[in-house]
Amino acid sequence: MNILEINHMKKAFHGLEVLKDISLTVKEGEVVSIIGPSGSGKSTLLRCATMLEKMDGGDLIYMGEYAAKDEGGKSVYAEKPELKKFHHYFGLVFQNFQLFPHYSVLKNITDAPVSVDKISKKEAYERADRLLKQLGLSDKRDAYPYQLSGGQQQRVSIARALALQPKILFFDEPTSALDPILTSEVLKVIKELAEQKMTMIIVTHEMEFAKELSDRIIFMEEGIIQEQGTPEEIFASENPRIRDFIGKFKS
Amino acid sequence: MDFATILQQLGSGMLKTVGIFLWTLVLSLPLGLLISFGRMSKNRLVAVIFKFYISIMRGTPLMLQLLVVYFGPYYLFGINISGSYRFVAIIIGFVLNYAAYFAEIYRSGIESMPIGQYEAAKILGYSRTQTFIKIILPQVIKRILPSVTNEVITLVKDTSLAFSLAYMEMFTIAKQIAAAQTTMMPFVVAAVFYYIFNLLVAVVMERIEKSLDYYK
Ligand SMILES: Nc1ncnc2c1ncn2[C@@H]1O[C@H](COP(=O)(O)OP(=O)(O)O)[C@@H](O)[C@H]1O
Ligand SMILES: [Mg+2]
Repeated sequence: MNILEINHMKKAFHGLEVLKDISLTVKEGEVVSIIGPSGSGKSTLLRCATMLEKMDGGDLIYMGEYAAKDEGGKSVYAEKPELKKFHHYFGLVFQNFQLFPHYSVLKNITDAPVSVDKISKKEAYERADRLLKQLGLSDKRDAYPYQLSGGQQQRVSIARALALQPKILFFDEPTSALDPILTSEVLKVIKELAEQKMTMIIVTHEMEFAKELSDRIIFMEEGIIQEQGTPEEIFASENPRIRDFIGKFKS
Repeated sequence: MDFATILQQLGSGMLKTVGIFLWTLVLSLPLGLLISFGRMSKNRLVAVIFKFYISIMRGTPLMLQLLVVYFGPYYLFGINISGSYRFVAIIIGFVLNYAAYFAEIYRSGIESMPIGQYEAAKILGYSRTQTFIKIILPQVIKRILPSVTNEVITLVKDTSLAFSLAYMEMFTIAKQIAAAQTTMMPFVVAAVFYYIFNLLVAVVMERIEKSLDYYK
């Protein structure tokens, strides 16, 4: 089953075409990594997919349902009440975490399930405790974000997203704000999610990591998908731009 | 007139001063938030109207505003002013003025919030109202508390401007006694009163700031 389907997504900012024609399908349980130079439109793609930005043209389809449908080259979005439903389908992990500083770790994870999804407090707490255990944060339950390292904050933000039980989780450079040691603890958590068959799209500059856990890698440049394929295919690509790009990130 | 009598007479004025202070705060803090919404409105006309309102309130003397509120109904509409309107006029004048100052403080606080907090909340499915009340406002309050404290301390001293409508708050009474008895004593008592009042305000505001110290 396709969790996400994007057809001919287009997005411009003040006449600058950032996404030119992006089509992309993600099946249940698939892990897709997006790589590419800075400014190529990777974040914009995730922001359009999660509806933080409105795309100009193309379809956006979750679970076979249209969030936006292309009509005559323009994206027409579903009505507001219906759009709300789509927020159940995806989660997004930000580069700089964006935890709520005035909420404890536990509250960060339980507040949206309780006040948005209206599940019982008891169930939300059980979910949170399971996630905290899984992500190795049980002892940080009552801490506040400022008391945590960057890696711990990022793991809490992953737990916060997972607590809403999304069908697909997007990551926008989840480790670029972290030093190498903290990076590896976050990557380990994402790898475990991949093993549990969580559907994910990950924008990353960690080439070895992308190679190891992705079912598919997408190379983006100048607002288009230049090439996509299995890690083996991408890393063996003859395309000089890809070889050049990957070469820069190999340490 | 002995010291005890002076104190007693000033005492009733002190209560009225505290009354002006509390009513102004209770009404102008929420009104200021509404005005800041108007000032930040996406509708250009609405935003301009509120901007103009704020600049008038901040750009003209509060004492003048009090006189306009008090005498306006008579001069503009020929309505007879009753004695009981005096207090109402004072509260209206103070609230309209202080709400403008608070609006600008709220606005600076709200605009200083990183956009990422709104986006994180949106992704998690919070409605706009939930986002503002649960995520944004608590952080804004923490950020603006020092500026609010400054305004509140100014308000304590500004209450004395009610003398311009001959309202029998502390300062008006102090002036009357001083003139009648040719003594400085009432002014000394008044100064001590305002000073202690502000010390209390400082203590209370510090408490509130401390209670929000649990996060950064
Ligand atoms: N809100 C915006 N307004 C104007 N330009 C934007 C905006 N967001 C992104 N851009 C531009 O779009 C291009 C792609 O940005 P982005 O999607 O962040 O790329 P990447 O994540 O691959 O580095 C950049 O040139 C950037 O300046
Ligand atoms: Mg980016």
